[in-house]
Amino acid sequence: MNEPGLKDIWVYLSTSPLLGLTITLVAYGLAYRLYLKTNSNPLANPVVTSVAMLIILLLATGTSYSDYFEGGQFVHFLLGPATVALAVPLYQQFSRLRQLWLPVTISLFCGVVIAAGSSIGLARLLGGSPEIQMSLAPKSATAPVAMGISEKIGGLPSLTAVLVVITGITGAVLGTKLFEWIRVRDDTAKGIAMGVAAHGIGTARAFQVSSQMGAFSGLAMALSAFATALLVPWLVDLLEAWIPA
Amino acid sequence: MQFLNGITLLLVYQLIGEITVRLLGVPIPGPVLGMVMLFVTLMIRGKAPESVDQASTALLSHLSLLFVPAGVGMMAHFGRIADEWVPITLALLLSTVITMVATALIMQVTTRWFAKPLAEKEGGDE
Repeated sequence: MNEPGLKDIWVYLSTSPLLGLTITLVAYGLAYRLYLKTNSNPLANPVVTSVAMLIILLLATGTSYSDYFEGGQFVHFLLGPATVALAVPLYQQFSRLRQLWLPVTISLFCGVVIAAGSSIGLARLLGGSPEIQMSLAPKSATAPVAMGISEKIGGLPSLTAVLVVITGITGAVLGTKLFEWIRVRDDTAKGIAMGVAAHGIGTARAFQVSSQMGAFSGLAMALSAFATALLVPWLVDLLEAWIPA
Repeated sequence: MQFLNGITLLLVYQLIGEITVRLLGVPIPGPVLGMVMLFVTLMIRGKAPESVDQASTALLSHLSLLFVPAGVGMMAHFGRIADEWVPITLALLLSTVITMVATALIMQVTTRWFAKPLAEKEGGDE
């Protein structure tokens, strides 16, 4: 008579980190399998499918994001050490980097300024609120970096995290087609562009094209994380001075 | 054990990064400073220890997984995104495309400009 129904079990589980963590890993596992099944079609990007699956599941069961994040935070937390870990591919590619340091520096500087400047500019032009503009500004940097910057310049860090993910997916899905259209065939240039515009999600995609493109994308992501942290707050001040919102 | 040592070292560098950033009040996120310090350490040592290599390969090969919880955060911002979906989607899409195209072209052009007539060609040794 007092047998716990499925609903009670779910209510109990949804307050423990076990559920959030497990469904994240299971959803990603399924999404990744689907991705391999479609011959790594960029449209079946595992981040898109797993995020969609999880949102549908949470909405269907009436579970709040904060309950989910009790468990999700353990995966989210690893973005920090993963950022530190970028030092390793950076170090391994250093001899290539040293040969190309001038083109890489110029491209990175321009790329980071264009990424932040164009998102602030376009959002302002299209009537986005200042909060939205500032949340969009660091969208091309990797999540922990972007969230930190967003907070400093007056954006909403949690919204920025979402925008960062959407940006990464956009880059990963469109990247290879775009490079074909503009006839950039060099894996070094493609990798740098992918890493600057679409951080880790783009880098994951780049590694599937070639290990050289992946390494340069990882390198560009690491360096642009650093450049974004230095340049974007300064760029925001500069834009404010020129065109008061 | 190797993996555990590696991940511990990454966390130690992140922690030192976070502490340094707070002590000095520099506008750089802690993990980024941690990355720079680890890079400098590897340069000084002249090689990446097996443990750090293992841990970083493991983390970076599943990098897209780490973005999933943040992506699910979209559901907490549905209202906000619905209110301003035009500037958000258009600015995000156009800006990402512009950035990617511009960076790829700049990199291609500058590589040609500055490419020295090196002996090393395509497929050359390291």
